[in-house]
Amino acid sequence: MTDAVALVPLFPLLAVLVNLFIGKRLSKKAVGILACGAVGASLGASVLAVAGLMAMEVGHRSVEVILFPWIVSGGFQVPIGFLLDPLSAVMILVVTGVGFLIHVYSTGYMHEDAGFARYFLFLNLFVFAMLLLVLGNSYLLLFIGWEGVGLCSYLLIGFWFTKDSASDAGKKAFIVNRVGDFGFILGMLLIVYHFGTLHYGQVFARAPELFHAGDLPMVLITALLFVGAMGKSAQLPLHVWLPDAMEGPTPVSALIHAATMVTAGVYMVCRSSALYELAPVILSLVAVIGCLTAFFAGTIALVQNDIKRVLAYSTVSQLGYMFLAAGVGAYVAAIFHLVTHAFFKALLFLGSGSVIHALHEEQDIRKMGGLKKYMPTTHRTFVIGSLAIAGIPPLAGFMSKDEILYEVFNAGKGTGWVLLWIGGIVTALMTAFYMFRLVYLTFYGESRMDEEVEKHVHESPPPITVPLTILAVLSAVGGFLGIPVIKKWNIMHNWLGEAFHAAAEHTTEAATHAASAVSHLTVELGLMTVSVVVAVSGILIARTIILRRPALAEKMRNDYSFLYSLFLNKWWVDELYDLTIVNPLKRFADMCWSVFDVKGIDGTVNGTAKVANVSGGVLRKLQTGFVQNYALGIVIGLALMLVLAFF
Amino acid sequence: MLDILVPDFRVIAPELILIVTAFVIIFWELITRTARHGMSIFLGAAGTLVALAVTASLAQKTISTFGDALVLDPFASFFKMIFLVGLLLTIAISTRYMVDEGTKDHSEYYGLLILAVVGMMVLATGRELITIFLGLELMSMSLYVLAGLFKTDVRSNEAALKYFVLGSFATCFMLFGMSYIYGIAGTTHLRQIGRAIAENPALLADKGLILGMFTLLVGFAFKISAVPFHQWTPDVYEGAPTSVTAFMSAGPKAAAFAAMIRVLMEALPLMKTDWELLFTVVAVLTMTVGNLVALAQESVKRMLAYSSIAHVGYILIAFVASVGGHADRALSAILFYLLAYTFMNTGAFAILIFLRREGISGEKLDDFAGLSRRSPIGALAMLIFLFSLAGIPPTAGFAAKLSVFYAAVQGGYYALVVIGVINSAVAAYYYLRVVVVMYMQEPATEGGYAGTSPLLWAGIALALAGTIVLGVLPGGVLEAARLSVISLL
Amino acid sequence: MITLTHYLVLGAIVFLIGIMGVLLRRNVIIILLSIELMLNAVNINMVAFSDYLQNMSGQVFVFFIMTVAAAEAAIGLAIVVVLFRNRETIDVDRINVMRW
Repeated sequence: MTDAVALVPLFPLLAVLVNLFIGKRLSKKAVGILACGAVGASLGASVLAVAGLMAMEVGHRSVEVILFPWIVSGGFQVPIGFLLDPLSAVMILVVTGVGFLIHVYSTGYMHEDAGFARYFLFLNLFVFAMLLLVLGNSYLLLFIGWEGVGLCSYLLIGFWFTKDSASDAGKKAFIVNRVGDFGFILGMLLIVYHFGTLHYGQVFARAPELFHAGDLPMVLITALLFVGAMGKSAQLPLHVWLPDAMEGPTPVSALIHAATMVTAGVYMVCRSSALYELAPVILSLVAVIGCLTAFFAGTIALVQNDIKRVLAYSTVSQLGYMFLAAGVGAYVAAIFHLVTHAFFKALLFLGSGSVIHALHEEQDIRKMGGLKKYMPTTHRTFVIGSLAIAGIPPLAGFMSKDEILYEVFNAGKGTGWVLLWIGGIVTALMTAFYMFRLVYLTFYGESRMDEEVEKHVHESPPPITVPLTILAVLSAVGGFLGIPVIKKWNIMHNWLGEAFHAAAEHTTEAATHAASAVSHLTVELGLMTVSVVVAVSGILIARTIILRRPALAEKMRNDYSFLYSLFLNKWWVDELYDLTIVNPLKRFADMCWSVFDVKGIDGTVNGTAKVANVSGGVLRKLQTGFVQNYALGIVIGLALMLVLAFF
Repeated sequence: MLDILVPDFRVIAPELILIVTAFVIIFWELITRTARHGMSIFLGAAGTLVALAVTASLAQKTISTFGDALVLDPFASFFKMIFLVGLLLTIAISTRYMVDEGTKDHSEYYGLLILAVVGMMVLATGRELITIFLGLELMSMSLYVLAGLFKTDVRSNEAALKYFVLGSFATCFMLFGMSYIYGIAGTTHLRQIGRAIAENPALLADKGLILGMFTLLVGFAFKISAVPFHQWTPDVYEGAPTSVTAFMSAGPKAAAFAAMIRVLMEALPLMKTDWELLFTVVAVLTMTVGNLVALAQESVKRMLAYSSIAHVGYILIAFVASVGGHADRALSAILFYLLAYTFMNTGAFAILIFLRREGISGEKLDDFAGLSRRSPIGALAMLIFLFSLAGIPPTAGFAAKLSVFYAAVQGGYYALVVIGVINSAVAAYYYLRVVVVMYMQEPATEGGYAGTSPLLWAGIALALAGTIVLGVLPGGVLEAARLSVISLL
Repeated sequence: MITLTHYLVLGAIVFLIGIMGVLLRRNVIIILLSIELMLNAVNINMVAFSDYLQNMSGQVFVFFIMTVAAAEAAIGLAIVVVLFRNRETIDVDRINVMRW
């Protein structure tokens, strides 16, 4: 049954091909059925494959399906195949499951759009690439998927390309991700150099034989790979593209920029745990960056007024949590949070899409309010999602976030690690606050909508509400996959445990360390209480400020105007980049550029491109068009060669 | 008794077939006095396919003849396949284009294309400075005329003139270098030159030999358009008919590489230290200049010209890496890259031809606006070619770059690899700019295409198939390339 | 006594004169002549080496170079004629439609 894994990516690929060749001639309904059916079939195949995997003996749950040898030349061998183990099993279930719901939702959401077929073409292609990414048995296939999802993301962000902001956002995402990919490619090349292969099994088996913990090659490789993860998963300082990516259609934000693609970095770090365990320095760096990102993005989310941007920063923040968990060696917790986050964040994005749709593309929460009575299902599911992310027991977010905080607390690496824990708990407080600020501003209180808009507000049709309901259920009960305290019942741990051998030793060690200090049950229950208190107080503060005493919000805004504008302007990171990187480059470029006829290039990251453009512009002037100048070039080239040879 | 040596004609069997084909095409028109375009295409394609079959059947053989002046080894066979594939693609994409451009010189066009390929084949099989020179000239002279095929088009005239003047100029340097190598080593046969140097190591420091080698390399560097000998490339590529540009950017470059590899590996392997440094510098310059200037182009045709310069830079990385111990892997990466490049680059030019309409050249970036709406399949094909050129998996371009960088990493040339990777990142920007225009801009003008035909589609499909198959299943070809270079080492 | 060196120096001088002609003269015809000059410089080298080495290859090479040069001249002149018809100039300073 595990062989069914080969079928998993096949269905979306087939759908892409069919859509490509006859998509234009199909009715919208047929396109929708084709796209959803493909992902649904993929989900079915995943379930079959995972069931087959479950039937296998614990400790040997790993199946490699070799499709064909990709490169066999001399000693260089790269077999292409799929690796089904507990880790990839979890990932394919999430990708196809959540993906399927979002496809169904999209049929409703994109129904009026002229590019309906094109949209599903990209979306299916994305699912295919994402499945390659998680199922690949080598870094090469991971990279192929990695580039593929990047491309789809890029195309889908700019889907409504008639909007300038959309195509700019697409460009920004592309350029920032190139920075990350650059690190990733170099990391891969180093792996090839040291191990002679990119195959997971061989690399991970040889790594502990060839290297000791802390050896420079390991540090370099993991650091470079992490640069890639920072780009893809929007971690500081490469996070700037994700909020802008919200220019894409909302289901895209839900699927790509919340549930699946952005978690690829987390998946990659967890997959490479055997390497990261050999580079403790980088692992700590991962934890610190994760924690900083979580905190930093949380503060920004506090004051944003665009419903999707709040959710975007929240995503960045939650991704920070996952890296924090991975950084302390709690890979299971990281993946657990990845799963629950996929549930509730997809739910929240889809819910926001439902709202935006009902309000005729209005995204500003200051122009919403009182939607509860118009959109009962959306309201109910959105609140469940918010409770889940805020960390109210026993919803999914509580279970996974609490496990991360517990692991961080228990990592036992000195006072610095307590700071990480504090960062995590403060972020949890902020999370509860900004989510309920969003809930109250959107669904409660007085309506601040235009009358014209208000007249047309309505609950969304079933293709939208049904996925919302299913995701709400998942967000509510998904946490029981990883029940705390009673390890025997913790499905997540039992399932994923064997995927992280090296890490398992690491954590047991930490656990025994902690156990010797205090009884760890007491610690766990104590921490849980703290989390709950924090979450509830966050919600209560939001309630007080937003609903009861709006004047207080005003007062705080004035009293802490510096903090307010700091957060509102996203810590001026974009401006900082403008100031330190983009503008100097631009100024330099402008100096040279004024000579040439060129339109100003805007956007933040484009400055770099401009410098390259300018040097290109200068160099092309050497190309005078005169044949004798070219001949002179040949003579000078020869002269230089001879100088090189004789002197 | 007079001893008559009967040459082994199997060595030049594909060449002979092509020569006959070319002459039949040209004379058919002369004799019947009617311009029969279809006949030229049919004969050309048939001749090419027969030549391809013969080449394939001889692919494993190693035979030399004409006093070892020509040698057929797997190395030569691999290159012959590249040329023939390039020729086949070019014939497929030219048919409609030639009609649309209103030129009457069909038979000359196909005849010259085929003769140019004969020249390339001689270049790849030559083991004598003389045969290499003859092959090079046969190829170049056909190309000079092809570049100027549109006699009434000023740009085509200019392209031909520039190509001709600079090409002859570079050939003079090459011959000058050959004369010195001949004088110092005492022979024009590559293996004997190598032996002479090996037997008399004092020659390694001989100024005359070094001068000879470097001037010889000027000629090759010119043909592969390595910086700073590249300046003819953009002008000629832009001015020449698009189908000729497609042809020139793949085959002739590969042929020059074939001859250069053979000369350096068989005759001058002991002078490695001299040319290693040279090619390191040239590789970096070529990649960087090609990519940076490509960024600043508005014409897609010219952009592709600069990009072809940049690709030569990547290939030169592997060439440098051949010094570092794993020569078989490095050289096979070059062969693989050239084959992959033939498919993806000819494919990209085919889309340019496909776009060509009344009043629109199909060469400007704006011409691509909204292509995804007007022709989703055309846009997708272009997307795949551009991705392959940019080196994004799972395309041929990615496998090619990977094998080049892998060879360089194995040889320990990290700096080159890092520069190469940075360059690829820069390059992705200008390739994807075209994708953005295709998928994210409204078409400026409405209108159908004048340039579609079943053969053009067949050419695009063949190029696509090559680009994808080499990307998804590069293993067999890469191994074949490796086995074919072993005979040289 | 005229030695090999004398011939080689002569060849080098003629070659340089050819290079200068290509680089400096404006008329395409003269440029073509200069290229012929360079080719003949190579021929001088070849013949000198051939005589010095008592080896025939060099002289064979010269014949091929001469043949090819003739073909090249024919093509070159044809290109110049076509260009002149369209542009009414064969001054290389005016031939730069394509640049940058």
